[in-house]
Amino acid sequence: MINHTSHTLSNGLKVIVHEDDSTPLATINILYKVGARDEDPNKTGFAHLFEHLMFGGSVNIPEYDSPLQLAGGDNNAFTNNDITNYYLTLPANNIETGFWLESDRMLSLDFSEKSLEVQRSVVIEEFKQRYLNQPYGDVWLLLRPLAYKVHPYQWATIGKEVSHIANANLDDVRDFFFRFYCPDNAILVVAGNVKAGDVFSLAEKWFGEIKRNIFARPKYPMEPVQQEMRELTVRRKIPYDSVYRAYHMCSRLELQFYAVDLISDILSRGRSSRLYNLLVKEKKLFTEVNAYPTSDFDRGLFIIEGKLVKGVSMQEAEAGLDEVIDRLCNELVGADELEKVKNKVESTMEFSEMDISGRALNLAIAEYMGDVNLINTELELYRKVTSDDIRNQANSLFKKTNCSILHYLAESN
Amino acid sequence: MQTILDRKEAPSSNKIKSFNLIQAKKNVLDNGIPVYSINAGYQDLAKIEFIFPNISFDLKRPLLNSATNRLMSEGTSKYTSQQLADHIDYYGSFFETEENSDFTSVILFTLNKHLEATLPFIRDLIQDPVFPESEVGVYVQNSKQQLVVDNERTSSITRRKFNEIIFGEKHPYGYYVKGDDFDTINRENLIGHHKNKYIPQNCTIIISGVVKDETIKILNKFFGNNPRSVSDKPAIEDQVFSSSSQKKHLVERKDAVQSGLRIGKPFFNRRHPDYPGMAVVNTLLGGFFGSRLMSNIREEKGYTYSIGSAIVSMKQEGYFFISTEVGVDVTAPAIEEIYNEIELLTQEYVEYDELEMARNYMLGSFLKGVDGAFQLAERFKSIYLYDLDYSYYEKYMEKIRTIQPDEIKDLACKYFEPSGFYELVVGRK
Repeated sequence: MINHTSHTLSNGLKVIVHEDDSTPLATINILYKVGARDEDPNKTGFAHLFEHLMFGGSVNIPEYDSPLQLAGGDNNAFTNNDITNYYLTLPANNIETGFWLESDRMLSLDFSEKSLEVQRSVVIEEFKQRYLNQPYGDVWLLLRPLAYKVHPYQWATIGKEVSHIANANLDDVRDFFFRFYCPDNAILVVAGNVKAGDVFSLAEKWFGEIKRNIFARPKYPMEPVQQEMRELTVRRKIPYDSVYRAYHMCSRLELQFYAVDLISDILSRGRSSRLYNLLVKEKKLFTEVNAYPTSDFDRGLFIIEGKLVKGVSMQEAEAGLDEVIDRLCNELVGADELEKVKNKVESTMEFSEMDISGRALNLAIAEYMGDVNLINTELELYRKVTSDDIRNQANSLFKKTNCSILHYLAESN
Repeated sequence: MQTILDRKEAPSSNKIKSFNLIQAKKNVLDNGIPVYSINAGYQDLAKIEFIFPNISFDLKRPLLNSATNRLMSEGTSKYTSQQLADHIDYYGSFFETEENSDFTSVILFTLNKHLEATLPFIRDLIQDPVFPESEVGVYVQNSKQQLVVDNERTSSITRRKFNEIIFGEKHPYGYYVKGDDFDTINRENLIGHHKNKYIPQNCTIIISGVVKDETIKILNKFFGNNPRSVSDKPAIEDQVFSSSSQKKHLVERKDAVQSGLRIGKPFFNRRHPDYPGMAVVNTLLGGFFGSRLMSNIREEKGYTYSIGSAIVSMKQEGYFFISTEVGVDVTAPAIEEIYNEIELLTQEYVEYDELEMARNYMLGSFLKGVDGAFQLAERFKSIYLYDLDYSYYEKYMEKIRTIQPDEIKDLACKYFEPSGFYELVVGRK
């Protein structure tokens, strides 16, 4: 059981505390409910670029990192389709430095032209390093627009193209900040060697005066049900062919998610999984093959991807995938196999919550999902999934018309 | 009434206090295998590492250490590869292997309630692997393909080529793996290698998590009764490395949009008395976000997404390196700036504030590095496997707390002579 206590400030900021006196450290995790899905289609990659700018100085503090490092802390952040999450860890007796820093950049940034200019190039280098200068690096830049035609999940967090980042200006930065970086759009979790009462006082002291948001959240369109199978074939300078299938699935917030997540475990979790044993070991069609859900807050994707053994045809490889999928749709999963994937979920949860920063993030996400106590109850939801649930979900998931396939082929073929 | 908050001034912060580092406790199994346990944390789980130092390195079969370690789980005389995986996975346990130039290890992560049910399978794969022909074949084919993909990655080429430049192609630390090397692996060598290496006198067990007396008894039941052979503990002989005769290297990649850069030199490892001081010098230069390289090359110039430096300690040697990936158009100015930053450390005294920040960052990150059982196990391995004891950390912390600008400059002058550096560009200049 992970203990937690919550309190909401009058400006709407949700504060959650997890006490653990076995560590000398404390973590502050701030989740902002904004991600790439909230971006203007002509200014993509902005949520992530903005995350970089959050380190470029705030209204009263010229530099974010130095004072934190001086207090013995360090920090990082990540952006995905749904959220932007900032976290710092420091010795627990220096926790107030974290409140000071985090509250000032929620209050206002200093909107510096120099910082924007530098971070634009830093992010463009990140774009190159992760997506362009890598074998198979642009897969997600191709797969997303194939699977999504109207929903903003059609672009990756890094953005559709480099020019969107290059064109970002300070007005965009200001607009984005005042729309999304406000107390009623954030969840603050403090975990570690702290007392809930002290944390609530510090939260009131440092965040209490920050104003609520006055702007409406922009709306974006939901993806209609896909009606036909989509295929795209590209050729790249890569050594081996690979295939990526994306099936539309439920959102992270729906109850069906737990069955779908277990399907991915049955397919590809560990060396006892079905895809690995049949397609890598037995039939020798793939050198590696994987299945996983994107776990998005709107309707997400269930991905099956694999790299083909040299000489194997795409047709043989895909027939192998279909064989495994058909079995899931037609036969009930045995009790032992179902128990296995549930046991795996249980131990994964235990291991991921060993350190306070893992617990803090999981608490913030549970709160955003609607119930902070999901951190303690989610395992039960996995435990309740039956073999029938698995088969039913497999049948609705793995319809041909629900699938987008990317054939990513070596140029020489 | 509330006073108006002063947001310009940082709240006062405290010096990082000394703390109790939980030390490993030693037990010995009936056949002499040492078990070091670190009992910490609340989650009722454990990580158990079975560590086997490498006992040989043969240029004719350079992959034997890693291949043997990975293939042990592919079948025993009692179980097939899939049966082993099924059993271990059934209990929600995770099994991993790790290989480097000094050690190989087999690692089990398990909830304690499943420890006793899982361990027999780990015992079998360590003591009784059979290396089936067909499994070896799959491993060879897939690893070769994986290597070809890896060799398309700028980061992999840069790392491998740099090690070769520093230690030479004949040394285990510098050897650059080639596709053909996988063809030298066969069942017979694997069996022979396994027989010599995976024996009680070449094994250390490190367990971290919630460790009870019962845990040690269970370990003894499964791992304490295979007898030691009469032979002594085998040991690898030290090999002399030779760095490249050339200082500057270019691996040209015409289509690259970024160049991978590595600049560095052979260096001492953490056994050297100057190591703690140089750890501070390294932190100032490129060891954290506030470092000079990060401030200059990322935050000032925007040439890269990331840049950093490190001193790497291996069993026999070490090396120092700076690493980054930069836009091809700024490759030359980035290199120049890197050398400027190195030189600056040798010419000017570091300012008090900057040193204080690096000092506190290092103390804070050490505090993080001893938080939790798994972290404590890593700290233990870093001394135990390199024949050091816990007093190393006292000296290390003391140096971080007390080092002064003059010593930093002296150390930089002593070890950062610009002509001593090797430079590698993978991409375009």
